[in-house]
Amino acid sequence: MTEILVLVDHVDGDVKKVTFELLTLARSLGTPAAVWAGPGYSDAAKARLAEYGAEKIYIADADEIGDYVAAPKAEVLAHLVAERSPAAVFLAATGEGKEVAGRLAIKTDSGVISDAVGVGEGFVAEQSIFGGGVNVHSRVTRGLPIITVRPNSTAPVAAAGAGAEEKIEVALSDAARAARIVERVVQEKGGRPELTEAAIVVSGGRGVGSGENFAIIERLADSLGAAVGASRAATDAGWYPHQFQVGQTGKTVSPQLYIAAGISGAIQHRAGMQTSKTIVVINKDAEAPLFEVADYGVVGDLFQIVPQLTEEIEKRR
Amino acid sequence: MNIVVCVKQVPDTATERKLRSDDKTLDRDAADGVVNELDEYAVEEALRLKEAHGGEVTVLSMGPARATETIRKALAMGADKAVHLHDDALHGSDALGTSYAVSQALKKIGFDLVILGSESTDARTGMLAAMLAERLGAPQLTLASKVEVEGTAIRVERITDYGYDKVEASLPAVVSVVEKINEPRYPSFKGIMAAKKKPVETLGIADADIAADQVGLANSWSEVVDFAAAPPRAAGTVIKDEGDGGARAAEFLASKKFI
Ligand SMILES: Cc1cc2nc3c(=O)[nH]c(=O)nc-3n(C[C@H](O)[C@H](O)[C@H](O)COP(=O)(O)OP(=O)(O)OC[C@H]3O[C@@H](n4cnc5c(N)ncnc54)[C@H](O)[C@@H]3O)c2cc1C
Ligand SMILES: Cc1cc2nc3c(=O)[nH]c(=O)nc-3n(C[C@H](O)[C@H](O)[C@H](O)COP(=O)(O)OP(=O)(O)OC[C@H]3O[C@@H](n4cnc5c(N)ncnc54)[C@H](O)[C@@H]3O)c2cc1C
Repeated sequence: MTEILVLVDHVDGDVKKVTFELLTLARSLGTPAAVWAGPGYSDAAKARLAEYGAEKIYIADADEIGDYVAAPKAEVLAHLVAERSPAAVFLAATGEGKEVAGRLAIKTDSGVISDAVGVGEGFVAEQSIFGGGVNVHSRVTRGLPIITVRPNSTAPVAAAGAGAEEKIEVALSDAARAARIVERVVQEKGGRPELTEAAIVVSGGRGVGSGENFAIIERLADSLGAAVGASRAATDAGWYPHQFQVGQTGKTVSPQLYIAAGISGAIQHRAGMQTSKTIVVINKDAEAPLFEVADYGVVGDLFQIVPQLTEEIEKRR
Repeated sequence: MNIVVCVKQVPDTATERKLRSDDKTLDRDAADGVVNELDEYAVEEALRLKEAHGGEVTVLSMGPARATETIRKALAMGADKAVHLHDDALHGSDALGTSYAVSQALKKIGFDLVILGSESTDARTGMLAAMLAERLGAPQLTLASKVEVEGTAIRVERITDYGYDKVEASLPAVVSVVEKINEPRYPSFKGIMAAKKKPVETLGIADADIAADQVGLANSWSEVVDFAAAPPRAAGTVIKDEGDGGARAAEFLASKKFI
């Protein structure tokens, strides 16, 4: 079967969960070949990629690839597309993944499907648009299918692949070196799963009232092994860092469980969480629009309900 | 500094948004057209850069006739002039086609800096800025929460999963902005009146050297096969807290095997 290239999403040498989802999806449609672009490749990374079915691992681990915005990864992929004629390319529908996909599409004169929630026979992709209101099937009609897939939309399933390594060298063009990353500033709050990767997300909004009060949201999250998210009202107020904002202009999350406390459910917030599998809403206003999408809602004061919920969960552990 | 801001007209997110049953493109008549919210932040940033460094702000919008409403709004905020890329041949262009057409118009207009929103609220592909950078061979400074220009040097802070990256490049460049970057101004009455007199140039595909076989629905690189309204979420249970709301929520989570 022909290869499907999967761009590995990695930070500090760690492979992100979405990569295992992409490999799982690729395996159902062809032969998955992982593409590692950037520094930090290791035996541990190889083992993880092979564990999820990578038959081949293309390695372009020059430090330089990580020094510039998006363009070098697109050049690595374009090089492989020209050399190997894969059947398709899958990338994570993250900020960077989408940008790499866009540039690759132009380099290879191929169509690109953005933010798929599934891919089937013939690389027909499923998209969930307008904040989850409409389901679309779409496909690429010119060139090879380049598809970005929303994290958490496929369950990762392990299945050993050969993991045959092949080093590749790509000479970056001057254009790819145009936007240089001079410093990376890490603001991650330690210990919790990454927001877009987490199976459970607990988010707080304006109703939480202050940055200090976010501790009760964090405690609930920790009782569930969840990531913490926030509405824009909360990030704008400085109660929680911006990279935890869920919504149209924040992160799109699609976890198994989304718990929202003190969030009204503005359309821009819903656009980022509406495809969560199960939604629990806590709000003192029974009219809050977020209740419309809730599987379970509690009308009441979050300062009563959230700590009680946390305590119950801890009791049951 | 010659700044071009890309502005898209999108259906109001507060109204019901649809695709057309005939050609499966966005139904622009079903809903009110508004300025893509993030593009107001892009316009604001352009105006601030102009205020600091001088120059001119041009609004560029590709879209149907009614996109002029959106162009007027950006002019009312303070942009100097506008270009409306408008041609029936552009209808139904996908992200590749749109980026091609917009890049051709940008070459025609000329620029030191192009500023976009990082994402539209309708299609939300989040790819256009990267695609323009690729097509124009210009540095890509996207997802910016802060922009600084000094001479021909440009520096941005780019939002990432873990925080942000500091990124540097030289002009001309392509920037996209996130909403954290500023607070867009409201057009004043004076601004609204002045906007009516500002020049809006309409370009068809021939005027912008756009090859007809690279744009429009028939020439798109992707197609919608079919679509359907998502099945409504089954109505959930909503209870009123009587002192045991947290415990009952825990029951629910246990019944779903989350605990
Ligand atoms: C361009 C643009 C982009 C945007 N992008 C995003 C985005 O990405 N993400 C996002 O979230 N928003 C976004 N927004 C903002 C969005 O429109 C809303 O303003 C925002 O989501 C509101 O946040 P909230 O629900 O926390 O606050 P509010 O709407 O103020 O809701 C607070 C809720 O808390 C409840 N509450 C108060 N006290 C308590 C209590 N003690 N117990 C229980 N409940 C309580 C209230 O009843 C209320 O329902 C965007 C807006 C624009 C214009
Ligand atoms: C629901 C939906 C899903 C789609 N999915 C895909 C897909 O998967 N693949 C694909 O190739 N095409 C897709 N399209 C078509 C494509 O998105 C449009 O061509 C669109 O105009 C460009 O993409 P965008 O709005 O997503 O750009 P984004 O990259 O999300 O927009 C970023 C910024 O680009 C600027 N911009 C975008 N469009 C214009 C414009 N017309 N004039 C001026 N500035 C503009 C604005 O500043 C905007 O903030 C989709 C369209 C719809 C309606």
